[in-house]
Amino acid sequence: MTLELRGVAKSVGGRVHIHPTDLAMQPGSMNVLLGPTLAGKTTLMRLMAGLERPTGGRLFWNGKDVTGQRVQDRKVAMVYQQFINYPSMNVYDNIASPLRLMGMARNEIDRRVRETAEMMRLTPMLERRPLELSGGQQQRCALARALVKGAGLVLLDEPLANLDYKLREELRVEIPRIFEESGAIFVYATTEPEEALLLGGNTATLWEGRVTQYGPTPQVYRAPQDAVTARIFSDPPMNFSTVRLSDGQAAIGQASWQADLSDGEYMAGFRAAHLSLEQVSGALPLNAVLESVEITGAQTFLHLRHGPDKWVGLIDGVQRRELGQELTVWLDPAHIYLFTPGGELARAAPYAAAA
Amino acid sequence: MAAVAESKGRGAALVMVLYLLFLMLPIYWLLNMSLKTNAEILGTFSLWPKNPTLANYRTILTDPSWYMGYVNSLIYVVMNTVISITVALPAAYAFSRYRFMGDKHLFFWLLTNRMAPAAVFALPFFQLYSSIGLFDTHIAVALAHCLFNVPLAVWILEGFMSGVPREIDETAYIDGYSFPRFFVKIFMPLIASGIGVAAFFCFMFSWVELLLSRTLTSVNAKPIAATMTRTVSASGLDWGVLAAAGMLTIIPGALVIWFVRNYIAKGFALGRV
Repeated sequence: MTLELRGVAKSVGGRVHIHPTDLAMQPGSMNVLLGPTLAGKTTLMRLMAGLERPTGGRLFWNGKDVTGQRVQDRKVAMVYQQFINYPSMNVYDNIASPLRLMGMARNEIDRRVRETAEMMRLTPMLERRPLELSGGQQQRCALARALVKGAGLVLLDEPLANLDYKLREELRVEIPRIFEESGAIFVYATTEPEEALLLGGNTATLWEGRVTQYGPTPQVYRAPQDAVTARIFSDPPMNFSTVRLSDGQAAIGQASWQADLSDGEYMAGFRAAHLSLEQVSGALPLNAVLESVEITGAQTFLHLRHGPDKWVGLIDGVQRRELGQELTVWLDPAHIYLFTPGGELARAAPYAAAA
Repeated sequence: MAAVAESKGRGAALVMVLYLLFLMLPIYWLLNMSLKTNAEILGTFSLWPKNPTLANYRTILTDPSWYMGYVNSLIYVVMNTVISITVALPAAYAFSRYRFMGDKHLFFWLLTNRMAPAAVFALPFFQLYSSIGLFDTHIAVALAHCLFNVPLAVWILEGFMSGVPREIDETAYIDGYSFPRFFVKIFMPLIASGIGVAAFFCFMFSWVELLLSRTLTSVNAKPIAATMTRTVSASGLDWGVLAAAGMLTIIPGALVIWFVRNYIAKGFALGRV
């Protein structure tokens, strides 16, 4: 079971929602669509499901062209960000409804519903109506309905976004387990890089209707092809600064380090977590002005201004510093990506290449 | 403090009692009359019947020229309600789910149908139905009332339907429901209260509408309201029977209101609350 998109594009009323996209998803793979809101994750997913017709390109399922096929015949499953269930049916009937439509035997339906309910820990709630359940249980009911029919393609559109923190953690652990058991192609849309990393598998990063990179998640994370992908796949977004390279020496402000690239102007990028307040051996000292501080329990976000650039530093522990003060932060050059001024990756951060 | 609150409460109660008194007085008087003889109605002033009698009701329920009025009215009212809802459901679904050229204008134009007085349409309907042999049939009145009820039902249902997330439709398609099956099994239960309210409005309009129903009927489909206006006989008005007929006319409306009482406010807001 493979899903292949060949040049699939979508525009509505002259506005491009999805640029021509090629993607091939392998059988039994977990695929994360990562991108900010309005990047086109949902549209791409709706195209995969057949809820929308592409305005260009073709869609192949197991090598068969399914472009324009009715949704009902696609045998896909989808879970929305909102908890979508059939409010007039109880949980049992909700889960059973796709099976009944397939004309399955009654005892077979019963067996599968109970099995899926057990897996989603819904067994005590089978007689209840969806609106009498908590948000997490409602979403689990939606997941159960999606999984019960054994669809080859399961689309999850930010399924955890509307859940509270604790439930999200809980389901986030469960989803890879469910995925392993189902053996289907999972497509999972999310805005959070952390979620993509936790789920593993492959990641496609989306930006303004374009897939900027598709590959194994750790690889996309460590070696983003361009600055846009790097920005999407970092939370808080990657920090950038223009550097000049001459004679193999790159320089940010006063600090300089060895970089084996041809001379010229580059964009240096590094992740917030790689800034440090303590001196590490080999790290570059950078002077920046502290603009604001956000403390989130065990971590502190420092919002810094370095020349024309705005940076965010993520530091462990509670750090109370005076605002408006000049501050020295340390950055290991091993953590610096270099991009061409056009945004393409010139050199991955050495630490990532080593890993 | 307690005294102030108490006097305030008493004032509110007084206003409420007065209000209810004014509201109920005409209905009480109708009931009062319906239980009296004509002689008592015309001869004396009495706050309650001196010699209560059910003779007026007996007249109505035994005389076909009276009770057939109710039967005729109910037939065309039910026909009209069924037709209006059946037509309005798909129309409202289209307006709530699809965008097409001129949809907003068309939607508004529907409502303007209700802005013309019924009298405007009496003549064309009369001529049209006479020439195609529909005059004095139940379906004629039912169809004429659709002119007013279909737009109203579409507006009410559209409001309720737009409250149902579109994702439910899509989830159903993904699950394998065909459109008709989804509509009947999933969608209609979700807007059941809206259907109830829309049916109520259709029912009430058709039930109380007099002009068209009287113009388009003569004998076979004569509605109760028309019967009531034609009771002037040689011996003068039959006050008691007329009052009893009035009481019986209120009952169906009251019954229907009872069923949709929880949703009626939403219905008046055309489902947009």
